[in-house]
Amino acid sequence: MDIKAKVIEIIAAQAVTNPSDIRLDYSLDDLGIDSLGLVESIFAIEETFDISVPFNANEPSAGAFDISSVAAIIAAVEGLVRDRA
Amino acid sequence: MRRVVITGAGTINALAHDVDGTYKAFREGRCGIGPLDIRDIDRLSVKIGAQVRGFDETTHFNRRQITLYDRFTQFAMIAARQAMHQSGLETGGALADRAGVVLGTSGGGLTTQDENYRAVYEEGKNRVHPFIVPKLMSNAAASQISMEWNLRGPSFTVSTACASSNHAMGLAFQMIRSGLCDAMLTGGSESMLCFGGIKAWEGLRVMAQDACRPFSANRSGMVQGEGAGVFVFEEREAAMARGAEILAEVIGFAMTSDASDIVLPSQEGAARAIAGALRDAGIALTEVGYINAHGTGTAANDRTECAAVAEVFGSHTNNLMISSTKSMHGHLIGGTGAVELLACIMALRDGVIPPTIGYETPDPECALDVVPNEAREAKVEVALSNAFAFGGLNAVIALRRYSG
Repeated sequence: MDIKAKVIEIIAAQAVTNPSDIRLDYSLDDLGIDSLGLVESIFAIEETFDISVPFNANEPSAGAFDISSVAAIIAAVEGLVRDRA
Repeated sequence: MRRVVITGAGTINALAHDVDGTYKAFREGRCGIGPLDIRDIDRLSVKIGAQVRGFDETTHFNRRQITLYDRFTQFAMIAARQAMHQSGLETGGALADRAGVVLGTSGGGLTTQDENYRAVYEEGKNRVHPFIVPKLMSNAAASQISMEWNLRGPSFTVSTACASSNHAMGLAFQMIRSGLCDAMLTGGSESMLCFGGIKAWEGLRVMAQDACRPFSANRSGMVQGEGAGVFVFEEREAAMARGAEILAEVIGFAMTSDASDIVLPSQEGAARAIAGALRDAGIALTEVGYINAHGTGTAANDRTECAAVAEVFGSHTNNLMISSTKSMHGHLIGGTGAVELLACIMALRDGVIPPTIGYETPDPECALDVVPNEAREAKVEVALSNAFAFGGLNAVIALRRYSG
């Protein structure tokens, strides 16, 4: 499975935009994804890749899961998928 | 205008199975949160909660009652018995038609639902017990209480998530004040600590893993609790005429809606509810000495609540004490306001302010006197109890110390 394409697809669905419009340096703010959208995206990522994402909505930036940009999220998911294997 | 007083109180929660035990725990700053003891805990990421322990339903109820009472109804019934016993209210005769019960709950008979979904889906059973519906319905507790004490006036259940109990008690207050009723049993009950109940909360990712630390900079979320609080509210003249002991006077209530976000709180909506309760009570800001905070221990609530309190109270803010007893009894969701009203009654009657325990690091965004870790002696005239629910529904109650 192409992790990068799949993550972008999930984020694009939350941002209600086309995957082709998602730039890797975008933050979730840039995409207009709020805290509810973020929690839903993480759920979709967990379901898609069969992984557990360490994330607490009380301290979104404190966990090990980097959500600062689209590229960071992809890298974090790739790491978790690697750990699972 | 008719005045409304509290003449009876009852509770069962993670701290104690009665009011005196709960007050003692408040004074000691004891924590009722611990490892959850429920089925399939290994499949949950949330492993702590404020469970009612040492509870044997067979010592309180007969076989028929147990068949019909979900755990949330059992809790409500136990709290109601204590409140009625303390109040000494006789609900026979003419009072029966002028007395009712308004209770808050969010999940209702969730444990019953959970067990029976498990039976039909997981275990593949094709038959469930005949009384599942009257056991799981959200009005089961209110109805069972009305039957037990022959309360034949208005009775119903309010379900507004974390504000359910405050909405229920506020309505009971208004119904007596307006002359619709003369006495009401009111409060709330919750029992969501079952696998499905906790699994649903996990999804939101706002649950703490170690402790509930309201207002502390290192807070990491909420911890669920369970239990009930039930009170007898009465018209003051009638209560005095029969020589009832008065625990406190209910003097004001307000409710507002944020009309903005389904989970994120709004400072504006919270502030309007607090200011509204003061206006309804007809009191000055400076009379308020203690606020029992909604104080869930989430980043969003605590910051917003402190800002709302500071907005309403201005220069009086620094003279106020505000604590979150959820740090001790957990978040009872639809029952939480009822147990938290006990903290207000204790502050007014005993002059002891229950602490916010688990407090470790000051947060500049919550820079109020949160009564950290240790109870404090202080004389308080008026206390407020805040509840700000998911869905943006806010309900604030004001109580005054009763001095005759």
